[in-house]
Amino acid sequence: MEEMSTEESDYADSWISWFLSTKGNEYFAEVDEDYIFDRFNLTGLNSDVVAEYPKALDLITDSLDDEALDDDTRETIEHSARFLYGLIHARYIVTSRGLAKMLDKFRKADFGRCPRVYCYSQPLLPVGLSDIPDQKAVKLYCPRCEDIYSPKSNRHGTIDGAFFGTTFPHMLLMVYPQAIPTKGQPVGATTGGLMDLRGVQAVREGGIVSGVGGVGTLGSTANVALKADTYQPRLFGFRVHEEARLARWRQAQRDQ
Amino acid sequence: MDLNQRYQNLDERDIDPDVLAHEEDMFDSSSQGSSTQTSTITWINWFTSYPGHEYFCEVHEEFIEDDFNLTGLQSMVPFWKEALEMVIDIEPEEDSSKIPDVSIVESSAELLYGLVHQRFICTKAGLAAMADKYEQGHFGACPRVFCMATHVLPCGRSDMPGVDTVKLFCPNCGDIYTPPSSKYAGVDGAFFGTSFAALFFQTYPEFLSAPFCVPPQPPTTASSYLPNTSSLTSPSPSPSAPSSSKSIRPTPDRTIPLRDDILLPSPPRAGRMNDLISPTGGETYINPDPYGGQKPALGKKYQAKIYGFNVSERAQSGPRMKWLRERPERYSDLDKVDWKGRWKGTNVSQGQDLGMDMRMGMEVLDENVGKGRLFDDDEEVDDDDDEEEEDEGLGRGVGVRG
Repeated sequence: MEEMSTEESDYADSWISWFLSTKGNEYFAEVDEDYIFDRFNLTGLNSDVVAEYPKALDLITDSLDDEALDDDTRETIEHSARFLYGLIHARYIVTSRGLAKMLDKFRKADFGRCPRVYCYSQPLLPVGLSDIPDQKAVKLYCPRCEDIYSPKSNRHGTIDGAFFGTTFPHMLLMVYPQAIPTKGQPVGATTGGLMDLRGVQAVREGGIVSGVGGVGTLGSTANVALKADTYQPRLFGFRVHEEARLARWRQAQRDQ
Repeated sequence: MDLNQRYQNLDERDIDPDVLAHEEDMFDSSSQGSSTQTSTITWINWFTSYPGHEYFCEVHEEFIEDDFNLTGLQSMVPFWKEALEMVIDIEPEEDSSKIPDVSIVESSAELLYGLVHQRFICTKAGLAAMADKYEQGHFGACPRVFCMATHVLPCGRSDMPGVDTVKLFCPNCGDIYTPPSSKYAGVDGAFFGTSFAALFFQTYPEFLSAPFCVPPQPPTTASSYLPNTSSLTSPSPSPSAPSSSKSIRPTPDRTIPLRDDILLPSPPRAGRMNDLISPTGGETYINPDPYGGQKPALGKKYQAKIYGFNVSERAQSGPRMKWLRERPERYSDLDKVDWKGRWKGTNVSQGQDLGMDMRMGMEVLDENVGKGRLFDDDEEVDDDDDEEEEDEGLGRGVGVRG
């Protein structure tokens, strides 16, 4: 057994846990070994996609005997293994077990928090802009303002977006609707008079929407978004003409 | 500002030393000390180059020495006299023993400088200094992906110190963001003030994005499809479609990974849409409001997708915030909204008249232009339809259909 042990075992139990503990890989969840061992889950991943595919797979599953390899090959395999792990990761995190793991990380705000001030430090979710590797770097999706942001750190800014996929955050919110944040200020924060006024309006509007279309209060865009705060630029206390007009137009757009 | 300058001129003649002498009697050596630039680094130099103080510009010493510019600050800053001396590098008095700790004066001096800074950056000289810093990207770039690293500007949410830290205003999305690094967490927002950002973009409208955005057109099919589909194309561009914008965009100061190059919008498409928007025709892309933003807006928005399919607006997790980043296609669209943020012409007061709403729907149907208001919630594309129809029904002003 001693000959079988790989170099990585000196540092950590497995390649995956070593990979996850490396700086810059905080966004990744641990993919179950069972998931990787199931060849069905690796459909389409082969040597055409990943260089040195069999050896990279062996490395991920800690069964590679790399004693006989020279440094260059080892590096190639190492690189391929990261790439392969990313691709498997993208598939894994939209499974129910993967989603549960990512939900945990989301709750711990492992992916950072929304830089938008009126999102009140909402935890983010990683998202790719393409499912094809080597296209675009990973971005962060904020479920509160429903927009995407670049990661703060350059380490995270260079992770391939395809390692998370375009689907993941939306799948997570669909599976765990309780993770969907309210659009306004989190409960417990103080609300001004204006907010109360808007609240009343929301209730009224809710009545109308369910009356007409039968959409129900839950589905109304205006209803939910009414509580969202926006920034209003002011010049010595006065709103700026053009930006105020745009804000009103957006409000109309929201309420229609 | 004229007033300021007049005061400054006054100062330079004779008041300046008097005022200072008035305040403290023993300022004999001070006037030389403040006016001569010694070889040593000044306090202001040191302060603005300190890590985390990158957002500050250097306030001119004459501005601080002008007592008029300090009106009202004296009551807000403890150890006023000592703090002022420190900021303008006047040798402290001999009997400085009454001050318990120099660090207290230090923080007072920072507070004083910050509050003066807030006033200074609203003057002509201050705005120019900040414009320099802005162009060089000293304030960083917008974290929002589709703002394409637009430069941001520091701003405060309060003019009183101790309320809130500094935030960053993006002139493209019009939103404010928390600075990316925690080293700015100690910078007070009041040192920039609430008015500065708005005043800055009023002064330099070429940095501000226009409130409307020309809808992106797929370049190949544009000419053949345009007459019929103009109402369908926007405002949610497909991710592959380039958003039209010119290259006035400031260069991103942050290193973006290479593969993001694909994201950058291609140059504007000359042709029909632009003709429609600006009556002057051609490729001009101007804001009819000369005081408004003059930079073409980056109007691309994020579309949530699951396995390539848009998430429905009716889904519990569905998009609710599209309006937040939305822009009208034409400047004149802004006129369709009244001062309360409602569509003009639809006189349905909230929650009151259901019948009216129905009638509106019927009218639209009668005009034989497709789907009515009742089906609003189905798809976002329908929303756009609806908007266009309203345009035709009510405005008829803009030549939408050639």
